[in-house]
Amino acid sequence: MVRSLRQLVRYRGLIQSLVARELKARYRGSVLGFFWSFVNPLLLLLIYSFVFTVVLPGTHPKEMEPYGLFLFCGILPWSWFSASLSESSVVLINNGNLIKKVLFPAEVLPIVSVLANMVHFFFGLPILAAFLIYYAAPLQAGELVWFPVIVIVQLVLTTGLALLLSALTVHFRDVKDILSNLLTFWFFATPIIYPMTLAPGAGRRFLNLNPVTHLAISYQEILFYPGPFGHWKWLVALGVASIVVFFLGYFVFDRLRDSFAEEV
Amino acid sequence: MSTAIALRDVTKIYRRYGRRRQFSTLKSAILSGTMLSDLRPDETFPALSGVSFEVQKGQTYGIIGRNGSGKSTALKLVAGITKPTSGTVSVDGRISALIELGAGFHPEISGRENVFINGIMLGLSKREITRRFDEIVEFAELEDFIDAPVKTYSSGMYMRLGFAVAINVDPDILLVDEVLAVGDEAFTHKCLDKFGEFRRRGKTVLLVTHSLGLVERFCDEVLWLDAGRARADGDPRRVVGAYITAVEQREERQLAQEDAKARDSVEASASGETGATLEAGAKDEPPPDMFRATEGRWGSREVEIVGVRFVGEDGSGGHVFHSGERVSVHMQVVAHEPVEDFVFGIGLFNADGVCCYGTNTSIAELVGDRFEGTGEVTFAIDGLDLTEGTYKVDVAVHKRDGVPYDYHRLLYTFRVKSRTKDVGIYRPRHRWEFGGGIRLRPRIGE
Repeated sequence: MVRSLRQLVRYRGLIQSLVARELKARYRGSVLGFFWSFVNPLLLLLIYSFVFTVVLPGTHPKEMEPYGLFLFCGILPWSWFSASLSESSVVLINNGNLIKKVLFPAEVLPIVSVLANMVHFFFGLPILAAFLIYYAAPLQAGELVWFPVIVIVQLVLTTGLALLLSALTVHFRDVKDILSNLLTFWFFATPIIYPMTLAPGAGRRFLNLNPVTHLAISYQEILFYPGPFGHWKWLVALGVASIVVFFLGYFVFDRLRDSFAEEV
Repeated sequence: MSTAIALRDVTKIYRRYGRRRQFSTLKSAILSGTMLSDLRPDETFPALSGVSFEVQKGQTYGIIGRNGSGKSTALKLVAGITKPTSGTVSVDGRISALIELGAGFHPEISGRENVFINGIMLGLSKREITRRFDEIVEFAELEDFIDAPVKTYSSGMYMRLGFAVAINVDPDILLVDEVLAVGDEAFTHKCLDKFGEFRRRGKTVLLVTHSLGLVERFCDEVLWLDAGRARADGDPRRVVGAYITAVEQREERQLAQEDAKARDSVEASASGETGATLEAGAKDEPPPDMFRATEGRWGSREVEIVGVRFVGEDGSGGHVFHSGERVSVHMQVVAHEPVEDFVFGIGLFNADGVCCYGTNTSIAELVGDRFEGTGEVTFAIDGLDLTEGTYKVDVAVHKRDGVPYDYHRLLYTFRVKSRTKDVGIYRPRHRWEFGGGIRLRPRIGE
């Protein structure tokens, strides 16, 4: 496993060009092209804002105004997380040709899914920045330095889960259907459209078990709420847990690796 | 010389496909690193069992065998795509595998971008690809289309680009799995030239193919796999010869079975109906269109053909012969009552139903005198001057005016084998002669 991991460093050129290919291919032939990377989160934001401020007003307390900005802080990273997982769960099967017919480092594929979606996440950041400036959000430089840390924790966690899911789906095609349902549930079990403070006591304990909760709260605290960033202890703990998840995912992937060529 | 590829006692066992027992294979895969430990023998399938061979550096090594004999599995083991269940595979040198051409192409992006990504997948650096890019495009003959998305390519263009990238990886060891079948004639020649160049530069080639001619022309050594086991290896001519003999024996058995089946079905339908329509005798009438007729048997049966067999040059019966061989057709006949008006006939048809030859004793200026009891008729062919293919035979005994006693339509099959790839039906005995300033030499190797 250590050797496989060291190999992974050698594949960075391959990963890089595959991510580039993924991004190019995604919008090839569409009129708006890369612009979709901005439009998608924007539309999502408009829909949620409309529903929760016009259709269902008064469902959120004063502290969550402006509600659109609050939503955006959570939805943007969530899109990265959920798209990465649902894509990587089928990535090995969809690229069966590569695995069966070419000597190809299979772990590259889920990693590419996660990274390509991370780039999409980055494309969404200028829009987020524009909203932050528009609403004159209380940003502080001391808090913003945490931003890359949160991104890295999310990257490690997502990659670990992506490796695990992609390997398991080869053996159980059910995983991808379970996952698509699970992600819907997971979205509502994460304080994205509501703040953690609204959750009742027992529910809060449950939400605390959800790793994405801490990512969402961290993003909200540094971007939306005025300081200080009190959630950093949780974030550090999550960082450690993410590394464990990554190694666990990689271990399972590595163990199942030899079976991919036969089972895909 | 040193060894480039060595397989020692390699066994590869696949799981038989089934959605049952998914969980136990997954569990054992994670816990012990193998999927097979919890499976019963009837849930597994050995693709290769105890195969060993060595390929020296600079050799061109061929693997032949029937479909499903384990050739491609062997190639995938050498390529490292799958791991052996037991035994060791060792490979010394950079490998490029032409197993499926263009396997990593993404349809939406241009040929140019695909060349780069495919090259990186195959182990080249970006700089190496830039350096070889023009050569790759030129080899693939895609100068005009290289910036079009790959999904617009024809399958030939796709394969050519895949081949061009793979061959330009500059491997020490090239694995080739029956890919020369792609592309048109000219491109196939170019690929063969490229292989020739590879050989001259002392690279190792492992070739899996059904083209025995290719094996004999290119390979230094050949391995013959049969049902996952090595049947023979060594000198190409000897191994290919043994392989051809085995293929012929199998065809022989198949043809014998098919012939027997055809006769059985004709008999069954005839006897099933004669009981009901004895007086009508409908089955005794020849079909209205003789030339369209498929397998069948009809006639009044006063004289009956009870057995037909082919005998080859070695004097034993069979169904597979070589072009030019001495072959005879033997008919066992029975006259249920003495007859004086009888003609024996025979017709040879190729697989398209074209009559290659037909004659009878009347055409041969022979007149039936008397026939009673049993007898044997032999139609002896001094030289079976037919090209390779499957042929069917009509045999008949009928009256001089053509009314059949017993007509067997296309019930007997034989196959002609030939080492030359000439075309047509008839191969006249021939030779080439040249005069004047024309000089030729025999092609040896390439």
